[in-house]
Amino acid sequence: MGFIFAIPAAVLAFFARLGWVRGIALLVGAAFSFVLMVSLIGNAATYFSNPPAPLAADEFHKEPRHLALSSDGPFGKFDKQQIQRGFQVYSEVCSACHSLKLVSFRDLKGIGYNDAEIKKIASDWKTQVPSINPDTGEASTRKALPSDNFPAPFANEVAARAANNNALPPDLSLITKAREGGAAYVYSLLTGYANQPGYRNEKGEELLKAFPDAKTPPNLHFNPYFANLNIAMPPPLTTSGQVSYEDGTKPTVDQMARDVAAFLAWTAQPDLESRHAAGVAVVIFLLFASILGYLAYQQLWHDAKRVVRPTGALDPVNQAKTRRAKGKAGIVG
Amino acid sequence: MSFAWAKPYEPKHPVMRWLDERLPLPRVVYGAIGGGYPVPRNLNYWWNFGVLAGIFLTIQIVTGIVLAMHFTASTDGAFNSVNQLIMRDVSAGWLLRYAHMNGASFFFLVTYIHIFRGLYYGSYKAPRELVWMLGLVIYLLMMATGFMGYVLPWGQMSYWGAQVITGFFSAFPLVGEPIRVWLLGGYAPDQAALTRFFSLHYLLPFVIAGVVILHIWALHIPGSSNPTGVDVKEERDTLPFHPFYTAKDGWFAAAVLLFYAIVTYYAPDYLGHPDNYIPANPLATPAHIVPEWYFWPFYAILRSFTVDFILEAKLWGVLAMFSSILLLFFLPWLDRSPVRSGSYRPVFKRFFWLLVADVVILGYIGGAPINAWRVAVGQIAAAYYFLHFLVILPLVARFETPLPLPTSISESVLHGEESEAAPAGKTQKRRGSAAAAR
Repeated sequence: MGFIFAIPAAVLAFFARLGWVRGIALLVGAAFSFVLMVSLIGNAATYFSNPPAPLAADEFHKEPRHLALSSDGPFGKFDKQQIQRGFQVYSEVCSACHSLKLVSFRDLKGIGYNDAEIKKIASDWKTQVPSINPDTGEASTRKALPSDNFPAPFANEVAARAANNNALPPDLSLITKAREGGAAYVYSLLTGYANQPGYRNEKGEELLKAFPDAKTPPNLHFNPYFANLNIAMPPPLTTSGQVSYEDGTKPTVDQMARDVAAFLAWTAQPDLESRHAAGVAVVIFLLFASILGYLAYQQLWHDAKRVVRPTGALDPVNQAKTRRAKGKAGIVG
Repeated sequence: MSFAWAKPYEPKHPVMRWLDERLPLPRVVYGAIGGGYPVPRNLNYWWNFGVLAGIFLTIQIVTGIVLAMHFTASTDGAFNSVNQLIMRDVSAGWLLRYAHMNGASFFFLVTYIHIFRGLYYGSYKAPRELVWMLGLVIYLLMMATGFMGYVLPWGQMSYWGAQVITGFFSAFPLVGEPIRVWLLGGYAPDQAALTRFFSLHYLLPFVIAGVVILHIWALHIPGSSNPTGVDVKEERDTLPFHPFYTAKDGWFAAAVLLFYAIVTYYAPDYLGHPDNYIPANPLATPAHIVPEWYFWPFYAILRSFTVDFILEAKLWGVLAMFSSILLLFFLPWLDRSPVRSGSYRPVFKRFFWLLVADVVILGYIGGAPINAWRVAVGQIAAAYYFLHFLVILPLVARFETPLPLPTSISESVLHGEESEAAPAGKTQKRRGSAAAAR
């Protein structure tokens, strides 16, 4: 019978030698690890008895296509002409549903419009700004001023949903920062509408054969660049020449999508050019500061090192010492 | 302060003498980070990260104070005050904001390196236990500050992050939910939560600065540790902090700030999440709620508990996540090896690098969307995290044979040049002859 007590006695003796902090730690560590392994085994059991069904959105969602913009890279600058064309696409197409709440008319100076042009763009804008009648105090509207932000096409979310099959067109001010892929995503989405029947992914699988339930519901539109493949927005850019560019660029659907993506890259980060320019100066300054600082440090430490060299793993003398010590201690490797 | 040969402050200018006799502030600074603080001469570059953490704390406080001048702490105004007023209208507001956003990331990055340096070189061991524990207090305060700062722009991740993190408290039975409601000032994050998070986000950095002073004070009693882990014995083991370590810290700080500048100016949103540029919407849950990268390892531990076992899975996760940090307070008593430095501990060293890999894996798992194999890997990695600190470290300390230690710092770095060895001060003017002797 003695062995029944021998085991707990041995465990107790082990704990006593280990000390109470380490004893409790051992128990806590064992408990957490055990519960984690219970979770692991529980998950594995569920996974193998009831494997998760693949989702159409996982198999058929596409990453954005590449879009080269002149603002890319550390020295990138905005192509103002392209952004102005993009602004034209926004004004004539997107702005029917999408607001641009964080951008004001005066900001357009940043893409090359002058004060007179901005004033005209503001006062001609199709939506007026909420105001009050100066005589009666009743709610009314007035023409936009350069200091105003772009007025939203709908008065509120309810109005926006009512006009769009209960879908809410997102504000576009920050859209290229708020989506994975940025401007490339906007460009891919705008040009990515496809016919769902017969649609195949890169592997050649046909969507409706693999997932017969994934048929696009009414009022939605199939677009493999959209996260769940079905987007409420109808294709906004459909025909070549939908807008007429003044600079003679041919307004193909692809071109319009590129231009409006460039415009939205600007609305999301109008700071980009000053950021890139300031960055060059700061990087050059810090590079020189590091090099000069390093040389000063080397010179200062020269004498100190002369007496005692700093230790280092790569120091051959130290390595030899370590090898000798390891040899004595009987450690291999 | 710490060693007999520490040079006392001798004011050179009459004004400084006048000041020193009335308020010895210059004396304190001289003893803390000037020529009056003797530092082991063999410190490597891993010892630069404490100063760097101080630099980034300063950057955060300065940029933060100016940002607060333009920020509106209201659920209607916060998003626009950040994304229109600060980013577009305030002069160089974009720079302040990006510097603050990425400053937080770099603050955590250098702090993590600083913590892992402490883990490898046994900086938590006697007589520096309080230095280590005060450092952990700073780290906890940083986590609270970082979390509340991320809530302030009131984007989607701000809102849902606040929802998830305050939800931890509701895991505790009975008292949990009332505590959560009390902390938030409501049933969900709203105006009350935003205002108090702003208030605390402004307060805590100054509390951090206060604890940093205690951290440095406690450090200066035994003095800095060093890569051999051997105690300082004589004057030739040390160099005065200024000018030797101010010069080393100075150039290295410039080099790290260079990386910080590259990220801030050329990839300012790289470390952030796109969803935080969508205004907070309590009715639309983001597909993947993730915290900032510096919380990913802990988020992975939280999410690894998936099965109810005696306690609810969520409660296990929350307990484990809090424990994963709190256990570090007990480290001086868990690892009883008399040898401080991992360089002389062959078994410990291997487990240390395993821990580094483990935390990196946990970080990846915590940041990535959930799927079956990631959860499984996360569970194994989380188990190793606890086993490492709570089981392996105490046992390694018990059974490991450490390598022989050098008898002194000087001996560890001398290569038969003992005859040349002399107190550093005496060699200052011998540069010419020293160069000739090579």
